[in-house]
Amino acid sequence: MRLHLPLHLLFLATAALAAEPPDVQRIFAEHCLECHGPDKAKGGLTLTSREAVLKELESGARAVVPGDLKQSELIARILSTDADEQMPPKKKKPLQPAEVAALKKWVVSGAEWKIHWAYESVKRVEPPKIQNPKAPVRNPIDAFILARLAAKSLGSSPEANRYTLIRRLSYDLLGLPPTPEEADTFVADRASDAYEKLVERLLASPHFGERWGRHWLDRARFADSDGYEKDNARPDAWRYRDWVIDAVNRDMPFDQFTVEQLAGDLLPNATPEQKLATAFHRQTLTNTEGGADKEQFRVEATFDRTETTAGVWLAHTFTCARCHTHKYDRLSQREYYQMFAFFNDAEDTTAPIKISDAAVREYEQSKAKHGAKLKDLEAKLAAVTKEVASRQVAWEKDLQIRLQTAAAGEPKIVPAKILSVTSAGKTTFKALPDGSQLATGKVPAKDTYTVTIELPTARVSGLRVEALPDDSLPRKGPGRSAGGNFVLTEIGVRTDGKVPLHSPHADHSQVNWPVEAVIDGQPETGWGIAPQTGKEHAATFYFARVVDGAKTRKLTVTLDQQYKSGSHSLGRFRIGVLVGETAETIAPLAVREVLEMPAADRGEDQAKIVRDYFAKVDPVAQQAAEQLAAANAAAPKPPFMDVRVLTTKQRETKVLHRGEFLSPTDLVEPGGPSIVPAIKTRNGERADRLDLARWLVSPENPLTPRVIANQFWMHLFGEEIVRTPGDFGVRGEKPTHPELLDWLASELVRNGWSRKQLIRTIVTSATYRQRSEMRPELAEIDPLNLLLARQNRVRLDAEIVRDVHLAVSGLLSSKIGGPSVFPPLPPGVAEIRYANNFKWAEAKDESRFRRGMYTFFKRTAPYPDLIVFDCPDANSVSLKRNISNTPLQALTTLNSRAFAEAAQAMAKRLLADADDAARLQHCVRLCLTRPATTAELATLGRLLDQARAYYTTHPDEAKAAAGDADRAIEVAALAATVRIVMNTDEFITRE
Amino acid sequence: MHPLDHAIHLTRRDFFTSAASGLGLLGLGAMLQQDGLLAAPGASADPLPPRPPHFPAKAKNCIFIFMEGAPSQLDLFDPKPKLNELNGQPLPDSLLEKVRFAFIKKETARLMGSKREFTKHGQCGMDFSDLLPHLAKRADDLLMVRSMHTDQFNHHPAQLLMQCGRATFGLPTIGSWLTYGLGSAARDLPGYVVLANGRGTSGGATLWQSGFLPSVYAGVPFRNQGEPVLNLKNPDGLPPELQRAGLDALAELNYTHLARAQDPEIASRIASYELAFRMQSAAPELIDLSQEKPATLEAYGVTREDPPIKADRAGGPGQYQAFAKNCLLARRLVERGVRFVNVIHASWDHHSNLDKELPFNAGMADQPIAALIADLKERGLLDETLVVWGSEFGRTPLGENRNGNTANVTGRDHHPYAFTMLMAGGGIKGGQVYGETDEIGWNVVRDPVHVNDFHATLLHLFGLDHLKLTHRFQGRDFRLTDVAGNVVKAWLA
Repeated sequence: MRLHLPLHLLFLATAALAAEPPDVQRIFAEHCLECHGPDKAKGGLTLTSREAVLKELESGARAVVPGDLKQSELIARILSTDADEQMPPKKKKPLQPAEVAALKKWVVSGAEWKIHWAYESVKRVEPPKIQNPKAPVRNPIDAFILARLAAKSLGSSPEANRYTLIRRLSYDLLGLPPTPEEADTFVADRASDAYEKLVERLLASPHFGERWGRHWLDRARFADSDGYEKDNARPDAWRYRDWVIDAVNRDMPFDQFTVEQLAGDLLPNATPEQKLATAFHRQTLTNTEGGADKEQFRVEATFDRTETTAGVWLAHTFTCARCHTHKYDRLSQREYYQMFAFFNDAEDTTAPIKISDAAVREYEQSKAKHGAKLKDLEAKLAAVTKEVASRQVAWEKDLQIRLQTAAAGEPKIVPAKILSVTSAGKTTFKALPDGSQLATGKVPAKDTYTVTIELPTARVSGLRVEALPDDSLPRKGPGRSAGGNFVLTEIGVRTDGKVPLHSPHADHSQVNWPVEAVIDGQPETGWGIAPQTGKEHAATFYFARVVDGAKTRKLTVTLDQQYKSGSHSLGRFRIGVLVGETAETIAPLAVREVLEMPAADRGEDQAKIVRDYFAKVDPVAQQAAEQLAAANAAAPKPPFMDVRVLTTKQRETKVLHRGEFLSPTDLVEPGGPSIVPAIKTRNGERADRLDLARWLVSPENPLTPRVIANQFWMHLFGEEIVRTPGDFGVRGEKPTHPELLDWLASELVRNGWSRKQLIRTIVTSATYRQRSEMRPELAEIDPLNLLLARQNRVRLDAEIVRDVHLAVSGLLSSKIGGPSVFPPLPPGVAEIRYANNFKWAEAKDESRFRRGMYTFFKRTAPYPDLIVFDCPDANSVSLKRNISNTPLQALTTLNSRAFAEAAQAMAKRLLADADDAARLQHCVRLCLTRPATTAELATLGRLLDQARAYYTTHPDEAKAAAGDADRAIEVAALAATVRIVMNTDEFITRE
Repeated sequence: MHPLDHAIHLTRRDFFTSAASGLGLLGLGAMLQQDGLLAAPGASADPLPPRPPHFPAKAKNCIFIFMEGAPSQLDLFDPKPKLNELNGQPLPDSLLEKVRFAFIKKETARLMGSKREFTKHGQCGMDFSDLLPHLAKRADDLLMVRSMHTDQFNHHPAQLLMQCGRATFGLPTIGSWLTYGLGSAARDLPGYVVLANGRGTSGGATLWQSGFLPSVYAGVPFRNQGEPVLNLKNPDGLPPELQRAGLDALAELNYTHLARAQDPEIASRIASYELAFRMQSAAPELIDLSQEKPATLEAYGVTREDPPIKADRAGGPGQYQAFAKNCLLARRLVERGVRFVNVIHASWDHHSNLDKELPFNAGMADQPIAALIADLKERGLLDETLVVWGSEFGRTPLGENRNGNTANVTGRDHHPYAFTMLMAGGGIKGGQVYGETDEIGWNVVRDPVHVNDFHATLLHLFGLDHLKLTHRFQGRDFRLTDVAGNVVKAWLA
């Protein structure tokens, strides 16, 4: 419901406000270039330069004859009412009268052609003189803003009050609310530089790097997983996030920041951290879907690198030119592939990077302790690892041969002759004529049945446990619980050694009691069958090592029934064995799928599936894995981790016809687009990523400083000077304050690309410090606030919505950096993932309460509390976040567990205060910084009374609402009240 | 007028009538309305207010039944006697040269006939295999398109193409475009709902993303048991009366602040909370099937048991009931005005074990979908509800011989060159088979339909011109149909 104009109409609003005629080139871009641009040039007309528009057309006419409306075909066509002649054609958007007038005026006045504003060099002009001595001019920004306002006879808004100011600054610079104490100190500080001191304190906070690092991570499309079908985790991704936070906190100059991320590996004597920086372009997606062509997805990632670079630094959309010359902007398809060539010369690799400084110190200490002990262990392990590898090769071969010759259809099931059956408890058994065993006697809490069976003289590939009903059992069984259910928690099969099992399946499993749990090694999980009692059920298990019944005559089966609440043992059962092999009995589907691929085609993920399975089923491998785990646990881990980064590999780059990787055409060399001055190479040879990176931040390139200054403005005003921050091309918006934009761009460069300095300059301006309340007279003149006669109100970013809730309730962990975390996730979210291959291991410790930016980000199943507040999905570059306002957001902050926990914690926190009035006032101070009004306190007081009355008569509900807290009724009533403050629009809005 | 609407109305009116200078903003407002991009002034504070289509049309809602993983058209819809005849023969070199496969090894690839029996159904004589006896009875309602083709042959990219019109991330899905263009008539429920069962799709949440459109246009996953929508339940120990009292207090606080800050965004937030509160009762009511007649539950097969077939890929036990429930919920959703329902089941990716697992999946899908179409028709909803059955691509006429293994060929590989989709209702001309493949089902030989054409036609059925339904993002006017798409006139009733 925001007053958002569709972007294709925004430029008219801008022009109207400036009392300028619409820009001619912008009109061409909007209405004409699709057919008369560099790509198509219909009728021989290209409306992209003065020479081109003056040229003779295919028809012999001239589109434009300067000064002569009658001779100008362009004018004749736009005025024509003849359907065949009329331009733009009838089915297209019509020109507005103001646009027609502007075109006429342009022709009459000589058809002058200006360079597109974004390509002109940055011009630093002196700020305009403001005549009114009382006008709030704190720095040149204000002069630029006030001059435009004055032209409309408008004044700026007064400075916001101090509560608002400290809250605005804290949200903008740290993404955290100020404490009431911090606010009081600031409000009471009468020093003339109180505000500046506050700014300095916030800029120096380590949380500054989190807030502004996260802005950058949007551009880096940062995530913790690969994307696409398999979407495997990237356990190293966070290391790059740490790099960004650190670089921002240290105020690494933006030019260096650029060079290290795009080409850190190419710097002379590149440090590991400089190599780590190149992980910026390793955030591209990876497709490991079976049968995917690696080259196709390498090219896909290279497209993304090319387009992301153009979007982030040049604010141009290159994507169109993948397939054809750009329709609007001056970018040929060939130029696209010249840019593409820089990244086509890159190669994915990993580099060992220190985990953290703390980890290095720890390692040095423990290494000294371990010393020689370690060497022995390492040598031993190396030998075992080698043996396992050769065993695996033989095993795979055996499996492949067996798979080739395996019979089709189901294996035969033969009833097994039970030689003996015993109970670990006091259960007794009665053999029935059909070969089944009926449990009798007292039902034990827990039990293990041990059954010895005789094998047929054949290859035995599996085992079936039948659970059978019987009239003697509760509800006819087949279990002995009151409801007739049972829980089989684990099954063990032994001959002379353990026979590993795989692919369990059953005709029916109870919800949350799947048959798979019988072989998961965990005694708390198992197979149950409710509500389908009174019926026969069966579970089948395949042997990972086939047993030759001719050689091995006997087999022992243990049936564990360790259900924690007890009394769920099997009432009547029978055991059958599977004779003969089919593909299914030989190995699980996932393993078979890999074994059917040539070894060379397998990726690391696929190899891991087989290796992990082998480690489970081979006795030697199993032992080795255990040893390895033990050794790993004992040995100090080197403080390094492999991180995905870039390196160089020269490739021939060809233009790809329609962007299709199988259709290469002309050879190209790396090079920049012609919209900006040519790239200089270091040694005059083939340009590389380092040349590209340095060129992006070179004094000759006017785009980067403007684009970056505009981005920073956006983060501090919610809107930009160029309202299309991702498009500085001809279809993009013109700057509302071009001179201000250039002044900021030149300041950025002049101050050595210091980001903190640019932020300092902006936030200390009077323009930034204005009130954000709308003024009725402005709604008439400038509803979009293009002129900035006030600040904007901005809803907080998704992560920050979470952070402020945790912060005010006192739960927030202040830890910075480190691996991603797994806060509570509602059930059913991870399960939507492909083949349910994703488990969310919910954190039980402090990491439940880390800032939102540390939440593990799974691309195909992103964290719902973040996505619902418009967090980008990290599948492609995000240059500006959407801000939407939906009922799902309301449901999230009202009901989601994380937010309910925050309300509860806040309630407990407030108990320390004297009385209701103090508590409610404290709550408002914590959440909204400012003191509450009497009316607000009254509203909240009524709610608190009502809640207290309710919980006094409903103590059980109170306990549930309060968690296990003491004084449950008070906590519950307060929680029901403070959550309302935490749901106000004001709380999640930067005013 | 409600004070909320009044607040919004005020801002809008000011905006539309302001004629500050030059061109003036009046024209701008008029253009916005003409483009259907802003609702008329005074519209309610509704995140998805209904908007008029570009031209009058029948379809109002869509149920897209997405069979993820690619069902075998050759074993369900497109009988090929010649393929059966050539069973075990190699494919002519001319066909093999140009194609890529995911897993098939060209050298030893052999054609694989279908074991299914096909018969003709309905007055129109539409072919169905023996796996779809119930759908076959709806033949005269159905449009069967045998000439679909796509550009992608890996699952996730092809799924993106089918849902977004292009195999690229960050684009809106069909349901997003429809709700963006038309809003939604559902007052107490989201406009775009996703119902999924099975083992999880390749595309995950990207299959109902809103891409560059705001998240209000994203699909909202509903579960068919427990809490239907995330965070619908009040926090532990919070009774409905305190939720209501809390929201009343919240509205007071927000109104006070609205008066102070004058920002219509606050009015929107008040409205969002009210809609959220209504959803808290509307969504549980939606999934409560106790008011449905036993005959209806029976017809959809809500009480069926899974047959005793082992089908790893279909996603474990309980799929029959889950899918039947989802189909019934789809009807209940469109009854309540929900614009787009995506019913997803994963997976149909039968690289092996086709003859066992396809019957399992078909058995799961057949009866509920047929019942859904019949039920919609009986309730007079079929005319305004477009039902689509489809997937991201089809399966090969060749048997899949991974690793050159020829001994155990039991499945088919990915086939983007020809596949089948079904449609009914919503202005579709039923009882017709459209398009034709060659005698082994390899290529389309008559009336090819690209995914973009399908999308263009789908939008047309809703009264939307696919060339005009655009959204500017980073300098480009994006469409569901990317840079292509032709409306298939023959499909229209």
